[in-house]
Amino acid sequence: MNLTLKNLYDDFRDPKTIKALAELITQEAEKLDRPVNIMEVCGGHTHTIMKYGLKQLLPEKIRFIHGPGCPVCIMPKERIDHAYILAQQPDVILVTLGDMIKVPGSKGSLQQARSQGADVRFVYSPLDALKIARENPEKRVIFFAIGFETTTPMTAALIDRAEKLGVTNLLYHINHVTVPEVMRELIDSRDEHIDSYNNRIDAFIGPSHVSVIAGAKIYREFPERYGRPVVVSGFEPVDVMEGVLMLVRQFTQGRCELEIQYRRSVTMEGNLSAQRQIDKFFEKRELFKWRGLGNIPHSALKLREAYAHLDAEKVYGEQLPVEEIEDHKLCICGDILRGMAEPTECQVFGTACTPSKPLGSCMVSSEGACAAYYKYGDLLQRRSDR
Amino acid sequence: MCLSIPSKVVKIDKEKATAVVDTMGVQREVGIDFIEDEVKIGDYVLIHIGFAMNIISEEEALASIETYKEILALMDEEERQRAILEGDQCEGGGSA
Repeated sequence: MNLTLKNLYDDFRDPKTIKALAELITQEAEKLDRPVNIMEVCGGHTHTIMKYGLKQLLPEKIRFIHGPGCPVCIMPKERIDHAYILAQQPDVILVTLGDMIKVPGSKGSLQQARSQGADVRFVYSPLDALKIARENPEKRVIFFAIGFETTTPMTAALIDRAEKLGVTNLLYHINHVTVPEVMRELIDSRDEHIDSYNNRIDAFIGPSHVSVIAGAKIYREFPERYGRPVVVSGFEPVDVMEGVLMLVRQFTQGRCELEIQYRRSVTMEGNLSAQRQIDKFFEKRELFKWRGLGNIPHSALKLREAYAHLDAEKVYGEQLPVEEIEDHKLCICGDILRGMAEPTECQVFGTACTPSKPLGSCMVSSEGACAAYYKYGDLLQRRSDR
Repeated sequence: MCLSIPSKVVKIDKEKATAVVDTMGVQREVGIDFIEDEVKIGDYVLIHIGFAMNIISEEEALASIETYKEILALMDEEERQRAILEGDQCEGGGSA
């Protein structure tokens, strides 16, 4: 039998509770005079919505838009190329987390770099990078750091520990990105699509692990300045459904607020010690290119000047290209990440682009919208047969 | 999806900022950099990519552990270890 703990959170997956919540949402939605488009920013939420068929349980007035909250999906080819080139430098071990190893850059994926002899290692915890550095004093270990506010403090803790232990052969390539800036960009963007999508995001399900660290407070501006309510929700199906109910009630009751559904882990203030640690090592980057979304000001972090000697981007500056690279012409990941298109509207979805041979980033990570649609496509089929 | 299983703190080394936690019988070392001041032996914590991120109430921890126990009884030792250690990994390596 193939069981994992991921299947075991029974209380939060109880079909009766989910159906009861769906019924409550349906009743509440009848009071709405127009459809409500809810963006779930985080890939974890997209995965839950698809896996448990939550979309199909909800009335037509409630629509989900899948946002850019998957760190692997939004990584531009330029940055993957950096990792690829760094991995091939003499005496370098490149260390990274998660699905990053499979994402194709313009030169290939890190997996391909490894098959060509580069020493690329995948780890479960950033602390393993420290271990690798200490075990290989004659090599230079480069930690290719990815992720949102959720994983940034772990990179900060890694740097802090390496400093305290006097480890000098560990460098960092920082790709930590921040959520509020991209949410703002999605609302604010000014281009030819402005009318078609600016009005398409009515509310947000707030990424919750981000808020364990940064606090729910980072979303305050969205109800206050942009008139978009936010509910920070957990990842279980019951959490997501309760979050949707809380949002719909805000609309029917004429409220526009920031609320927390995921109270068992999230507070308004977040983890202050982690926030201090981040601030010690990192500062905002002027611009960061998001795959499919383009350059977004102040949406990522870099090492502070005092740590420039540890910054692989600077140390290997001459080897790393700076030219921009276009995405594949047929791939519409950008539109999908902006909430303007669904994966099934892409002409290469499921044909030229599949999880085993992805063309675009949304298909690469299991948290990407296209990968979720591909994997749980039979649920969509059932819906269209209904 | 990132689902942390509550882990019990069994040993604390403040100097190294690490703790040994027990996740349903599987012990491992994790960073406690972000909860160092508050954490005590016997507390239940949630782990995310090798770090304890927050302390949760014993009541809540025990309730979810009860659910796990029944199912884990059905697994062999290797499956059990793997399931426990992978429980605090995000599929994308750090989703939002």
